[in-house]
Amino acid sequence: MKYLFDNLDMVMEHFWEHLSLTFSSLGIALCFAVPIGILAAKYRRFNSIATGVLGVIYTIPSLALYAALIPYTGLNVTTATIGLVAYAQMILVRNVVAAIHSIDPMTVEAAKGMGMSKWQIITKIELPLAVPVVLAGIRIATVSIISIGTVAAWIGAGGLGRLIYQGLNHDHTGKLVAGTVSIAVLAIAADLLFRAAERLIGPKTG
Amino acid sequence: MKVIQQIIEYFELNTPVFLKNLETHIELTLVSMVTATVICVPLGVWISRKARAAAMVINLVNIIRVIPSLAILALAMPILGVGFLPAAVALTILACPPILINTCVAFREVSPAAREAALGMGMTPLQTILKVEFPLALPVMLAGIRTASVEIIASATLAVLIGGGGLGNYIINGISMMSESFLLIGAIPVALLAIGSEVLFGALQKKASYQ
Repeated sequence: MKYLFDNLDMVMEHFWEHLSLTFSSLGIALCFAVPIGILAAKYRRFNSIATGVLGVIYTIPSLALYAALIPYTGLNVTTATIGLVAYAQMILVRNVVAAIHSIDPMTVEAAKGMGMSKWQIITKIELPLAVPVVLAGIRIATVSIISIGTVAAWIGAGGLGRLIYQGLNHDHTGKLVAGTVSIAVLAIAADLLFRAAERLIGPKTG
Repeated sequence: MKVIQQIIEYFELNTPVFLKNLETHIELTLVSMVTATVICVPLGVWISRKARAAAMVINLVNIIRVIPSLAILALAMPILGVGFLPAAVALTILACPPILINTCVAFREVSPAAREAALGMGMTPLQTILKVEFPLALPVMLAGIRTASVEIIASATLAVLIGGGGLGNYIINGISMMSESFLLIGAIPVALLAIGSEVLFGALQKKASYQ
């Protein structure tokens, strides 16, 4: 613990690195997941293909996926981000589909009756109503990305995993504890923060 | 194609080493899965009957679930040292949350009518649990064990970092040596193991829910 407080500056630097890796991956993942999710919610065939493929990727252990990517994309942040985006896809797409399916068909019909176009229905009715469930998916995805992001230190992506990596390699308990404690704090804080956000947004639709 | 040749060359000389690593990996997974199941299923059944205890335990377990697996494995080292046992303990802790939560939920969702009918037929509480509730709860419980097993096979790759051995050996060495063949020798079997256990438990789950 002493190490953590003595080297707070350095730990914070890793902390921000980890945070930026997490949110950049999450952002990229969302750009893919929302359109894929919408398509999957509308077309049954596409849904089973998408969940099948993403399910297999999700099942592959992170270190194994990274191992397979390294020969092509190298030891760097890009590889880490690709892996993290791939893992988040499964969680996010599943939640987007569940969110859209949970919308009352009457609401959609009412919108249709009011003369809204397909596009308007998606952007003005379905997406806003889907937000709370999607947010739950984002929470789970964020926590997973933070967790898998620790492994990314092994392939040179930096972040808090680096402290654990160095702690293990140099048998330096102080670094090890500093790394594990700060990563646990980050993960738990992210979980609580998103839960609070869900509670804030939730009642409006209820 | 050079990679495939290297892999074949490796296997010509080192098949026993590979099998040893594979065996350790499976052993680690099985030991921690069995231990976690033995601890968590009875605990899950017990807390499914106590609303307050359940809320407490599930909140605690949810926190454990959020902590990255690498952090739990790494923490085991200063406390328990290096080797197979610390890795198995850490993996057991990782396997607990999904099994415990699913068991608790599964038993809570058994219809009270089924339970009452069993008691009305003169079954003892233990018989009710074993003969009525357990079969009804099995599919959801199996789903928890399925999630846990995939997670554990994946996390067991990291066990090598605290001296637990397993297929992670190849991946960590492969990264250090930048050896594509080593990376693949580790990555492909791990991925196949994970997918295999997913398929196996998926089939078991399907079978259990047809009863």
